[in-house]
Amino acid sequence: MKVNKKLYMARSPRIAARRLGEEMLVMSGQGSTLFTLNPTATILWQAADGATPLDEIVERRICSEFEVKPEEALRDAEALAADLAKHGILLISDEPMPKPVASVQESR
Amino acid sequence: MPGLAAQVERFSVVIAIGGIAIRVNTADADFLAMLEERYAGFVSPEADAQFDFDVDLAPRAFANPDADVSVIHRSGRWLMERGDFRAEWEPATGRGWIHQSANPYSIDAVLRIVHTLVLAGRGGFLLHSASAIRNGKALLFAGASGAGKTTISRLAPADATLLTDEISYVRKLDVPQQDERYVAFGTPFTGELAKLGENTSAPVAALYLLAKGAENRVDPVTVSDAGRELLANMLFFAEDQELVYSAFQAACDFVHCVPVYRLTFVPDARVWEMIG
Repeated sequence: MKVNKKLYMARSPRIAARRLGEEMLVMSGQGSTLFTLNPTATILWQAADGATPLDEIVERRICSEFEVKPEEALRDAEALAADLAKHGILLISDEPMPKPVASVQESR
Repeated sequence: MPGLAAQVERFSVVIAIGGIAIRVNTADADFLAMLEERYAGFVSPEADAQFDFDVDLAPRAFANPDADVSVIHRSGRWLMERGDFRAEWEPATGRGWIHQSANPYSIDAVLRIVHTLVLAGRGGFLLHSASAIRNGKALLFAGASGAGKTTISRLAPADATLLTDEISYVRKLDVPQQDERYVAFGTPFTGELAKLGENTSAPVAALYLLAKGAENRVDPVTVSDAGRELLANMLFFAEDQELVYSAFQAACDFVHCVPVYRLTFVPDARVWEMIG
């Protein structure tokens, strides 16, 4: 029997982010790399509080906004979260995470 | 009994760029004369220097300006190094030293680095852009090498005051004056024009992202594109996380306050009729 583990996401403390117009720009402190998040990645970024499991985020924030099946949306969101984690933008864990000590800079 | 240590005579020159004055001390009168000539217009004998650098001159063999520059922060000091110089600066005391040969290029690089570090903490930046004042307002023209910074500078009308054809100096005002938040200053950092900018300043009215094309036209730029392109053109040396964040926030703040356009132009003075 397959047991689906919960996945939790938190924003990396090594990131600065700003919304400019319709886009979310994220700057990694390591390597001075600038990323532009697509709308789905922006939703994940904004919802990544370390406490809300990804399936809840997908159900509340993605399925309500995009016409997509929950299973498919969750599968895509897991892949996206893993990609964002690979670039050091998000931290992911199968357990809730405390809020990072360094605050993320985000405004506007 | 005479003193064992000979007293070495020191000469000084204060170089003030963007309202930030740096005193350079050297024991070499010829090097001092070279600096006074190189930075003519930016030498401020009366200025109260905020920072002091002692220059220790090495033989000519100590030179490889093509090597990568390294700027790291360690124990409260900035350590700067390139093939042709080594330098250190301690912001807390305002003091530093430079080890280089008697050439103007090494100290020019150190000054650029120090100014970027100072500005980063104040919401300002150095930018790969030409800039000029016209009708009391500063216009910035940003772009990589070959984008047209020198060309747009050469085409500037007689009533425009050139601040630089290569590196613009932008400071953020602590208190905005009539909604004007940013001021551009003249710099002695030159490009192909090899002409020092005027040592003056004006509020920034617009940033133009340069592109060469078949016609003169001005197009709007989304704020996110403006932020990305501004970041791409900012001078940035240090691999330091806090400075990366400062530069990022400075760029985002700037594009929220200052109009940014794409300026496509042919090498023709009429382009100034569209922007002046």
